[in-house]
Amino acid sequence: MSSGSADASDTNGSGAGAKGTDGVQGTAGSGRASDAGDAAGSGGAAGASGAAGRAVTAGARDAAVHDAMARLGRVRHRALVRRATVGGALLAVVLAAFALSLSTGDFVVPLADVLATLTGGGDAGTQFVVLDLRLPRALLALLVGACFGLSGAVFQALLRNPLASPDVIGVSAGASAAAVLATMVLGLSGIALSVLALLGALLTGAAVYLLAWRKGVAGYRLVLVGIGIGTGLSSVVSYVMTRADVTEAQGLFLWLTGSLNGRSWTHFWPLLGGAVLLVPLTLLAARALPALQLGDEAAGGLGARVEPGRLAMLACATALAGLATAAAGPVGFVAFVSPPVARRLLPGHGAALVPSALVGAALVLLADYAAQHLIPGTQLPVGIVTSLVGAPYLLWLLARANRVGRGG
Amino acid sequence: MTSQHTLQARDLRLGYGEREIISGLDVDLPPGRITCIVGPNACGKSTLLRSMARLLVPSAGAVLLDGRSIQELPTRQVAAVLGVLPQSPVAPEAITVADLVGRGRYPHQGWFRRWTASDTEAVAAAMLATDVLELADRPLDELSGGQRQRVWIAMALAQETDVLLLDEPTTYLDISHQLEVLDLLTDLNRQRGATLAVVLHDLNLACRYADHLIAMKGGRIVAQGTPSEIVTESLVREVFGLRSAVVPDPASATPLIVPMGRHHITTPAPS
Repeated sequence: MSSGSADASDTNGSGAGAKGTDGVQGTAGSGRASDAGDAAGSGGAAGASGAAGRAVTAGARDAAVHDAMARLGRVRHRALVRRATVGGALLAVVLAAFALSLSTGDFVVPLADVLATLTGGGDAGTQFVVLDLRLPRALLALLVGACFGLSGAVFQALLRNPLASPDVIGVSAGASAAAVLATMVLGLSGIALSVLALLGALLTGAAVYLLAWRKGVAGYRLVLVGIGIGTGLSSVVSYVMTRADVTEAQGLFLWLTGSLNGRSWTHFWPLLGGAVLLVPLTLLAARALPALQLGDEAAGGLGARVEPGRLAMLACATALAGLATAAAGPVGFVAFVSPPVARRLLPGHGAALVPSALVGAALVLLADYAAQHLIPGTQLPVGIVTSLVGAPYLLWLLARANRVGRGG
Repeated sequence: MTSQHTLQARDLRLGYGEREIISGLDVDLPPGRITCIVGPNACGKSTLLRSMARLLVPSAGAVLLDGRSIQELPTRQVAAVLGVLPQSPVAPEAITVADLVGRGRYPHQGWFRRWTASDTEAVAAAMLATDVLELADRPLDELSGGQRQRVWIAMALAQETDVLLLDEPTTYLDISHQLEVLDLLTDLNRQRGATLAVVLHDLNLACRYADHLIAMKGGRIVAQGTPSEIVTESLVREVFGLRSAVVPDPASATPLIVPMGRHHITTPAPS
């Protein structure tokens, strides 16, 4: 092991040591030098930090730890400020988009009147437009977006794969297949259709999980199995569609694209009920995410219950995606693009679950607004607009993955 | 941290599926000491370490932490005493050093408990000990291999466990960083009295840094004891199938193994 004299000669910065151990001391020494230069006020403590392990008095070490704590406190404070700032800005965007959806359209209601109507005032006409037509639709857009955003963020963080989102790994396809079969074979519509779509998503999620299971579930295998199952289910959808007559097929197709057209309060309440239950559950299950993101072994070493924790999170994320799909159809790419946008706004801040939900809410609100008003006189399904945003991102992601050699 | 936890394996059988790797093994990690586990590839040393860290369920036998089977103890309770640094942990994209080290506090946080000053203190102490404080807000993927390994060790230290198991913590590091990591582990052992078990590839570094050496081959322990007691030319031949000369290490007086292949050897083979 190193001797004291080697250490002393090395901190002078000679650096050209002939012995192997000198290299080690050189590294430690240079760390020390930058330490002292950087934190000018705490020179003594910084010296002690580099010399940890050699004779350090307890007092000096306490001082060093104290300084380090102050420093980490500042780092943590900066992170919290950044998170609060980004979160606040996203919330502002969501509120602005929400206000926009309520006040503008074929018939413009000034914001003051919107507020008056929401608080019980306004005339009958405004009440009808705002409370019966626009409010349920805007609230649906907001919740659907938030559920998709949160679901995608959990999938991507947990499976460590930007391709892992419910629309890619077959969950949305499962909901679609169930909805199509429910309509065509069972003749269901409305809430019953939504419930079956949710069940379809959950069943598909369970099937993907079980098929990918091999003494635990690895991210890559789950994504591949999910893509396979999703493709199979898409062909079921296509087959049933070919058997449908034109009017049925048109209605189904609208649903399959993801649409908020003609949605009312009856669609909103089940979604709200589900979200009130599932969002807190998801955030609670995601408490294990920081450990699970480090790989199964490190997570196990940290005392996380790896497989139950992963199953709980996957179940929550699948149910969230199924819930949103049941309400609005598989609105494409929202779960896929919202999390990376949130993570880019908050690099190095973990999985950014809540910011992803906010991005998703803003995305669907704005996309639905654009879908209603982009082409005068035509109401596009919101899924068309979100896909216009999402498809280029998918292409970019694949191109980039191939360039950096991580893609398939 | 003077409490001395014990970690033992009793009649341990381990395998993956049908294939049994270890068939009946007894191990005692000496408390407050550094134990190095060496052996050729696929001798079961990582498997043993993983089972002692509760990452692998034994098919028979048990790993005992303070006399109780770790499979039956609550995971968080085990994780408060026993830490592990796996061979290849993965880091989420763009994670910062402070964030990663902070995740070592996971077992100390309940479902609803928030981050406290004692968490910051543990992280600060861990980052000071590993000399990574300066890197606190840097993304991990920007660091060198040696720095990254120090950050992972800091995470394991932040867990504040009395027992720490490390699976080849020096792999992929150049020689100076290897010594840096082993010096750091020795500091940890001497200052906090931590019990360490380290799987190492480099026999000579294992001989120098180990208080207790375990040599494994084919899923069983061939010899264990202090390096000076057990490392001989015949042991090296038995464990690694390698001819060698064992001489005193000029730096530390521990055994130094000089391996001999077929070429460039001027001393004739004995017999």
